[in-house]
Formats: sequence, structure tokens, C-alpha cells
Amino acid sequence: MKYIDPHIHMVSRTTDDYQRMAQAGCVAVTEPAFWAGFDRSSAQGFYDYFRQLTEYEPKRAAQFGIQHFTWLCINPKEADDPGFAREVVSLIPDFLNSAGKLCGGNVLGIGEIGLNKNTRNELIILEEQIALAEKYNQLVLVHTPHLEDKLKGTRLIMDALSASSIEPGRILIDHVEEHTVGEVLDRGFWAGMTLYPDTKVTPQRATDIIEMYGSERIWMNSAGDWGCSDPLAVPKARLEMKRRGHTATIIDKVTFDNPQTFLSQSANFKLAVDA
Amino acid sequence: MADVSNTVPQTRQQVINTYFMEHRAKLVDIAAYLDRIDRASGDATEDIRDHAFRRAIQILTDSQSFRAKRILDLFSDHTTEMPDSAEGMKGAAGAVALADGGAT
Repeated sequence: MKYIDPHIHMVSRTTDDYQRMAQAGCVAVTEPAFWAGFDRSSAQGFYDYFRQLTEYEPKRAAQFGIQHFTWLCINPKEADDPGFAREVVSLIPDFLNSAGKLCGGNVLGIGEIGLNKNTRNELIILEEQIALAEKYNQLVLVHTPHLEDKLKGTRLIMDALSASSIEPGRILIDHVEEHTVGEVLDRGFWAGMTLYPDTKVTPQRATDIIEMYGSERIWMNSAGDWGCSDPLAVPKARLEMKRRGHTATIIDKVTFDNPQTFLSQSANFKLAVDA
Repeated sequence: MADVSNTVPQTRQQVINTYFMEHRAKLVDIAAYLDRIDRASGDATEDIRDHAFRRAIQILTDSQSFRAKRILDLFSDHTTEMPDSAEGMKGAAGAVALADGGAT
């Protein structure tokens, strides 16, 4: 078996995790830029982080035969100061543009952008990063807010995205749950389910959602990071689907084929293994 | 909401056989949590999280479908106003008061 974990923060994980993921069948990961658990004090901090994502992590993953891809942005939690956020966003084109001196070839798009506390400042920077994705014809990976803020934030984000010229099929809205997945899919976006031990969804609930909303335009990820999370959540969800009687075809579709289909819209996503 | 009957590959009996023990444990956990609140000192009757939690429990027993979605809706902020900045705001609490936009 092989699978893709399309949203995991490997900078927060140990090399042992890469080894265990490879042993469980992981062939590729994609790593969105995110809030690292504390606010960075300068744009230079983000520059270093972007270099880590585009230069160092791909090499660390390759030791275990895992391909590493990434997404760049300023995350919504650190985007509440527009002046600071714009300074960070101005760094990104050099990592995207093939003529840019920093282009490492593993950047798939802009992400994970979105909202955190659903503020006007966050929305301004979200709109500016959507415009960046438009300008550079990039895919978009969206973070939706936590807990009680998710429903409102997801709707605000979808409205902002719908006001752009980016096709919904080039946008994945992540961290969906039972109260948001229907609207996301109905509006033509892709949906991501994040498998967390305490918040977001469990492997059981992710399987329920696939049963109720179908297996089209949907994937699951571990979003493994510095908090309570499990880098092996995707293979555990595969086992859960198998236990419930789902076919290998459906299991492979949501954990390999669907991520491959969405991500392959970026010219930088090329898998070394055949589907 | 869509008709989602017969979307599970298992029979109802198989679902119970597969998941009963796991959810029996979770149910007892909830009971013990409520007992723990009862045994503790002080007053938390105004806690919005506890208020929402006890309303969510009623959804579990109302025999209507889409319980998970309806509980998440209950815990969600349904306002449309946006603050300018997050400065001074706390992290997500997991529930909102009815007056602050919680589902009715």
C-alpha cells in the first residue's frame, strides 16, 4: 500500500517520524507554511522558514524515499498585523517564480492561508494572498479556523475565494468537519479532513463523512505538528475504512488518487512512483 | 439534508458489534465528567461551555439524524460581525453563548 499525507508539518516532527511514515507506506508529503507555536519577530524569520521548507526538508524526507512538497504564505494567526504580513508576503514570489533566485521546485502553491479569529485584518491579508495566487497561477490550500470560529470563518473564506478568478477546483479547503463539508463541496471546492486525536475529526468520523458526502474532491491528512497529533493518522484511517468494509479502491482513492489528482494541477508535483 | 440511509457498508448489527465497546467507554467518560463537575466546589452555572455541552447531550437522544453536524452547529459562532483585529482576543473556547451567536 502507498499513500500521500497532503498536509503535515514535518519541521515539527523528528526524523524517526519520516522513517515510520515510510514504513507505513507514505510516498509523498506536502507541507504548508504555518504558525510554529510562537509569533516570529521579523520577516527574516519567515525567510529562513521558507528556505527550510524548500531546501532542507526535501533532503530529510528523501532519506526515506518520501518526496517533499510545500506551500508558502503567512499563516492567518500571524497575519493580523497587515504591515508585517505584507513584508512577509513580498518574500514569496522569489520562491515561486522560475526566474526567482530561490525557486526550489517543490512549491505547489499558496497555503495554508485563511482566517484564525475572523478579523478584518486577517481578511485583508487573505485577500492579498489570494491575489498573489491569481497573479502567479498557483494552487491554494486553505486553513479554516478552530472550534466555534470554524463555521463563520469557512463561509467568509469561501466568499473571498469566490470573488477571485481562481477556479474552485484549484482550491482545497482544509480542516472540514460535519458542519462545513457540505457547503465546501457544494461550492465546488476540494475538501480536506484533518485527523486529530482531540479536535477536528477522528478516523471514524472521517470515514462517516466519506460515506455521507462521497469520495469525490476529498482527502484526509494528519496535519501532524508540534501539538497533539499523529503523523500516522492517515494509515490508521485506511485501516478504519478497511475494518468497516470499504474496498481497497475507495481507500486508495481518498488517500492516494485524490491527493495526486488535485496536486498534479501544479507543474511542480511529479511523483517518482506510478499510481 | 440529503438522505444518507444505507451509506455504511455494514449492517446495523455489525456497526454495534464493531463500535459498541469503544463508545460504551466514551459514554461512561461523559457520565464521569458530569459527576466530577457535581462533586467539585464552586459555581459554574454561567459557564457557556457547560451550558452548550448539556444542550448537546439532548441532541444525542432526540432520534433525529445528523447529530454530529447539529452539535457542531450548536457549538458554533453564528454572528456575522467582524472585529478589526485579534489583539487582546483569547483562543477558541469551543462554544459560544447564545447572546454571542450560538445556535438556538
